[in-house]
Amino acid sequence: MPASVLWAVDLFGRVYTLSTAGQYWEACRDAKLEFKRVSAAMQQCCWGIAADNQVYVYVCASDVPIRCREEAYENQRWNPVGGFCEKLLPSDRWPWSDVSGLQHQPLEGVALPSPHWEWESDWYVDENFGGEPTEKGGWTYAMDFPATYTKYKKWNSCVRRRKWIRYRRYKSRDTWAKIPSKDDPKELPDPFNDLSVGGWEITDEPVGRLSVWAVSLQGKVWYREDVSRPNPEGSSWSLVDTPGEAVQISCGPHDLLWATLWEGQALVREGISRHNPKGSSWTIVEPPVAENGIMHISVGVSVVWAITKDRKVWFRRGINSHNPCGTSWIEMVGEMVMISVGLNDQVWGIACEDRAMYFRQGVTPSELSGKTWKVIVSSRESDQSHSGSSSSLLSAGCFFGDEVRGSGESPAPSDADVPSEVGRLRPDQLHPADSLDSKGSLTLDPRPGPPKAGVEETDPARGPGGESQADPATSPPAELPWTNIDLKEPSRASSHTAAEPPRLSLSLLPGGLEEQYSTDDHPMWAWVSGGGCAVETHATLKWFSAQSGLCPAVQTLVPPMTPAQTAAWRKQIFQQLTERTKRELENFRHYEQAVEQSVWVKTGALQWWCDWKPHKWVDVRVALEQFMGHDGVRDSILFIYYVVHEEKKYIHLFLNEVTVLVPVLNEAKHSFALYTPERTRQRWPACLAAATEQEMNDWLALLSLSCCESRKVHGRPSPQAIWSVTCKGDIFVSEPSPDLEAPEHPSPCDQMFWRQMGGHLQVVEASGRGVVWGLGYDHTAWVYTGGYGGGCFQGLASSTSNIYTQSDVKCVYIYENQRWNPVTGYTSRGLPTDRYMWSDASGLQERTKASTKPPSPQWTWVSDWYVDFSIPGGTDQEGWQYASDFPASYRGYKTMKDFVRRRCWARKCRLVTSGPWLEVAPIALGDVSIIPESPGAEGSIALWAVSDKGDVLCRLGVSELNPAGSSWLHVGTDQPFTCVSVGACHQVWAVARDGSAFYRGSVSPSQPAGDCWYHIPSPPKQRLTQVSVGQTSVYALDENGNLWYRQGITPSYPQGSSWEHVSNNVRKVSVGPLDQVWVIANKVQGSHSLSRGTVCHRMGVQPHEPTGQGWDYGIGGGWDHISIRANATRAPRTGSQEASMPPQDTIRGPWAPEESQGTSQPAYVPDEAPHGPPGRRAEHCCLSSCILLGSQLWPQALVADGFAQACAQDGAVRVGAGQRCAGDGLCLHFTRQFALTGGDVGSICPKRGTKKLYLGTL
Amino acid sequence: MTDDKDVLRDVWFGRIPTCFTLYQDEITEREAEPYYLLLPRVSYLTLVTDKVKKHFQKVMRQEDISEIWFEYEGTPLKWHYPIGLLFDLLASSSALPWNITVHFKSFPEKDLLHCPSKDAIEAHFMSCVKEADALKHKSQVINEMQKKDHKQLWMGFQNDRFDQFWAINRKLMEYPAEENGFRYIPFRIYQTTTERPFIQKLFRPVTTDGQLHTLGDLLKEVCPSAVAPEDGVKKTQVMIHGIEPMLETPLQWLSEHLSYPDNFLHISIIPQPTD
Repeated sequence: MPASVLWAVDLFGRVYTLSTAGQYWEACRDAKLEFKRVSAAMQQCCWGIAADNQVYVYVCASDVPIRCREEAYENQRWNPVGGFCEKLLPSDRWPWSDVSGLQHQPLEGVALPSPHWEWESDWYVDENFGGEPTEKGGWTYAMDFPATYTKYKKWNSCVRRRKWIRYRRYKSRDTWAKIPSKDDPKELPDPFNDLSVGGWEITDEPVGRLSVWAVSLQGKVWYREDVSRPNPEGSSWSLVDTPGEAVQISCGPHDLLWATLWEGQALVREGISRHNPKGSSWTIVEPPVAENGIMHISVGVSVVWAITKDRKVWFRRGINSHNPCGTSWIEMVGEMVMISVGLNDQVWGIACEDRAMYFRQGVTPSELSGKTWKVIVSSRESDQSHSGSSSSLLSAGCFFGDEVRGSGESPAPSDADVPSEVGRLRPDQLHPADSLDSKGSLTLDPRPGPPKAGVEETDPARGPGGESQADPATSPPAELPWTNIDLKEPSRASSHTAAEPPRLSLSLLPGGLEEQYSTDDHPMWAWVSGGGCAVETHATLKWFSAQSGLCPAVQTLVPPMTPAQTAAWRKQIFQQLTERTKRELENFRHYEQAVEQSVWVKTGALQWWCDWKPHKWVDVRVALEQFMGHDGVRDSILFIYYVVHEEKKYIHLFLNEVTVLVPVLNEAKHSFALYTPERTRQRWPACLAAATEQEMNDWLALLSLSCCESRKVHGRPSPQAIWSVTCKGDIFVSEPSPDLEAPEHPSPCDQMFWRQMGGHLQVVEASGRGVVWGLGYDHTAWVYTGGYGGGCFQGLASSTSNIYTQSDVKCVYIYENQRWNPVTGYTSRGLPTDRYMWSDASGLQERTKASTKPPSPQWTWVSDWYVDFSIPGGTDQEGWQYASDFPASYRGYKTMKDFVRRRCWARKCRLVTSGPWLEVAPIALGDVSIIPESPGAEGSIALWAVSDKGDVLCRLGVSELNPAGSSWLHVGTDQPFTCVSVGACHQVWAVARDGSAFYRGSVSPSQPAGDCWYHIPSPPKQRLTQVSVGQTSVYALDENGNLWYRQGITPSYPQGSSWEHVSNNVRKVSVGPLDQVWVIANKVQGSHSLSRGTVCHRMGVQPHEPTGQGWDYGIGGGWDHISIRANATRAPRTGSQEASMPPQDTIRGPWAPEESQGTSQPAYVPDEAPHGPPGRRAEHCCLSSCILLGSQLWPQALVADGFAQACAQDGAVRVGAGQRCAGDGLCLHFTRQFALTGGDVGSICPKRGTKKLYLGTL
Repeated sequence: MTDDKDVLRDVWFGRIPTCFTLYQDEITEREAEPYYLLLPRVSYLTLVTDKVKKHFQKVMRQEDISEIWFEYEGTPLKWHYPIGLLFDLLASSSALPWNITVHFKSFPEKDLLHCPSKDAIEAHFMSCVKEADALKHKSQVINEMQKKDHKQLWMGFQNDRFDQFWAINRKLMEYPAEENGFRYIPFRIYQTTTERPFIQKLFRPVTTDGQLHTLGDLLKEVCPSAVAPEDGVKKTQVMIHGIEPMLETPLQWLSEHLSYPDNFLHISIIPQPTD
């Protein structure tokens, strides 16, 4: 979750924000204005009513601009004299028109809607016609207006038109933009008194739509039309009739809208929906106590909080989307002047007595009223240096004393002289040295008394309503005039002003008394809005204790190392321990160990998915036996004991053969699968399930640790590591062996060992320089921190630092199916042959709202079921899609022939885990790509991304030390994009939403964003979905799973000429820095079963044969994504290859930069393959995983892992560690092949009496 | 960058090369060869000297064998102190291997506890772990563990199985995220110069204003004599596991990483070697 902010206004009208990640109130960047109301929305914007009674909107700056396209069409008709010209027939449309031709639209007539917009560029002709490039000039032709246009001019093309486009950009960001009041002055005579924004969860069409409601001083309710992200200001105010004079209004994130009436009742808006966000009618709710009417109200998604005129706080019971009025009031503890419900129904309040801000702790979906009020003691940033605290004291005070009395009169003029005088005498100027010392900051805790500890429900005496600890001389009176209460007590204003002179004089006191001054100077709040503030139940906030020391600026996004890691004491301990080991052990290694190593066995009860039919879960006992040598290397066997026909049997797995341990998606069971190379080929893993999540995690962590130890894999993955993600969101990483990309006999990819990293991602992309980014299912961007472990990998399997909490949100979808019958219309009564009336997308599985569970026990629901309107094909107003019969293609409208309909229900669920990932806020991404470079490369690292809204972005400042980079550079496009990929030589390709590809020209380190897009048509009749660019190769994927290679790419023509079909059955493609091609295949048949989502490696890829031939199948069954873009490891060459190789500079990649010659940047040097047909690979495969007979060895295959020597010397026929020895069928070896040297040979042979295990004895 | 996990491993796998010699007055049937062994620093003498006992018993008559005990330069070695502590305290300045004399007679009743069996060691070890957790978490963590977890802790320790031990022990090293450390740091400070066996007091890892206490803070508070005076003449060494951590080292970090398996930070204060 990105950090979000709480907005608040203090008594003097100054606006502050408090970040969920921070601990200080920060003054709003645009502090020129004073405000009386603010209301924040989730989409980083805030509306407010300022001192001048005008409405302002504050749109937070973002790297992605708000841009809108203006369009105009130029229409021409052919005449025999001049050819095509602007002279049209009298019956024709305007020469310049809108798309329909009915509206006259000259280019110069298109104006900016308000002063807050600016033009991005001049008008230009759109040459893209439905994904196809047109001839120069962008003309499209037709026989006559209005007609279907084509890009080709034919003999009968009598008219033509072309589209001109121009973008305008919203410029008033990070500043308060005044909402232009060009409405009829008669309509809007009285200024606004209150305002509330919300409703963003009602619908997302258009993007970022908001409901903005306001109440005028005369008690009328107004609604701002057309507020959305592309139109942050909205268009106009429209009046909504009310049964009485409204005073205050509150709009929740969803469909709740309540207002208070002058008489003390509340008004509830009914009928708010996706199609009618304004709602249809009002219902009156009586106040809890008749004599004390409701003064203030605040609503959330399913809660309503109110304050009555006696300052009591009330919670409304029984609120839900069917009953927005709720059932009854419950009195809560505390006395408040206002209250604000934020995201997740969290609640903030301002205490009546001391104007301190309180947060309601313990608000959860099951306990919406929360537990206690906890005071927020965060100090203002400005208080840190004791500055600015009194800058506008008097003027604001006067204003507040005055403003509430008035109705319609302009705000009282502030006394301009006084604040400047106060400013001159700021205490920090008197005592600058005191401002930053720790003593000073310690005194910032404003109230070290009981209220800090929170207020118990059972103890109403202590708390916001309790005794104020503030000195009466320094604290303004509790009943500061405000809102409707103030109208009854206008005279109070004078007492407030009277209280100020002593306060001012205090600030002039000499240093000795300054502490007292700062102690009492806690912020005094007037208004708070939590509408943009997401507090997670599991989050820890730093708001509740006065912090000393660190300033917010010290908290960087990605600390490469914490101070503790770089501290001298730490270094010294490491160094001394190394010295100690050397001193005490080096000369004594021949001494006997006091404790002999023995076998350690961990046993447990699990369930096992039976290997044979009928496949089912059977109860098994499992035992993990570990053997450890004195060198600390350990080998293990996992035994699975089962009973068949009352006979006890077992299977066993050598953990040094296990290639991956992968958690399996299962609704009910905590299950995981173990693969070995053999089981990968069979597509049949060993599946185990534990009774509890904790138990599974324990086993998973232990087995994973054992696998890693036996392969000596630990710590941070290398920069060349290959990353992948399963459909469950689990992240895996594999160290590439040197000959993984060997031109001949590459190591088979079913042998690759994958280990899990903590975290949850949908996409992960790596580069050769150790920079790794990931995207969550909720499109949050994450950057890899360099740690390892996290998730279920705690303790030893996890790094101590760089592990952070990570959360992800995804949707579960079910379908409601109905059939039409002539009597009752559509009902949930289907034909006997029909699908379930509540089903999954395929219709084959029954899925009801009640029975559908989150995808696995790790997920918890975070929303209720709602209709999803955004499914392909469109829907009607209620979300239905129609078809003639199941299963069929569905439409968003009904025709005569449609007899069935369905609609999609979605429900959000969330997972909280941990891993070596830090969020890159705030822009959500749809795709990301990092330049595939070798570790030695220098300079900043090119990183491109596409936002979830389709904006193309280029990340600046990415380097090994700052993998998160610094900021986004927006790259303008004429339509939303879906995918981007940057190649090793900065060639950037992208795919647009219309399925066509684009090439970005002139991208280089000095011009990171390039200059313009070149449109590249997709393969005929195919819409592209993904593109991946390696060193020179460009591959693309279409929506039907076809993989295409771009032909004809040369340095002078980088766009290439045509698409060549390479393969079908592909889901994802990743092209690496060696132009190696890896994909996730859709379906792969194994000897036992079929797997979907399998990692595959393209074989035989050569410079002269860039598309290769055939696939090598690796790990699979549920794999979703792979990135091999970090692996630039070339196979070590043998002498014969060296000799047959052409000189390095004869064949090079087209973009191989000049300076790379002979340096680490690999120019693409082809490895000629003189020996052997492709069939040789199979022999090799057999060699390294099967038992061989005879002593025939292929040295080039075995030399790499150091095993040839062992085989040769002891004469036994053995191929790899943990294999059965052919000469002695009972004996097994547990020594890793990597540890073998000539001297070790003896120790692995059972006949010489060393460590062994006889299966027969078990 | 080295990981903190490696510290745990280094601490666990610390070994002291030791030469065991039979006391000259012990009666043997033939000459007793010295016995060389790598002793785990974190273990206890009587837990890891079965081989030594067997070696010397071979040359002795059955009737001369009673409870084995060890002595270094005249000082009987307490088996219930970790080996590393004994070495740091008594022998850190002498040359390696460490020469320990083995006795089978005249058990020094006033100096040593009897160690009738491994159960005695287990009882002592577990009571230390429990005491430490009482200090760290009001015993909450150790009490929430099952019997088998306690057993795994002991078996891991006894069999020198780092992973087995730490799989459980890490739970004892956790603390609530909202606090900056344990409730109190379990530590014991040993000095050769005093009669008192060790200093043990209640000491929190974090100051009242949230700052981390350091090793120096602890020593100033409970053992001021160990801290070099302002004039800078260092008279003592502060040693844990054979190293001298800087006095700036946060105590919480030390407790998490340099505690012995019994969860105590055993700190030796020894005189600065003169040479």
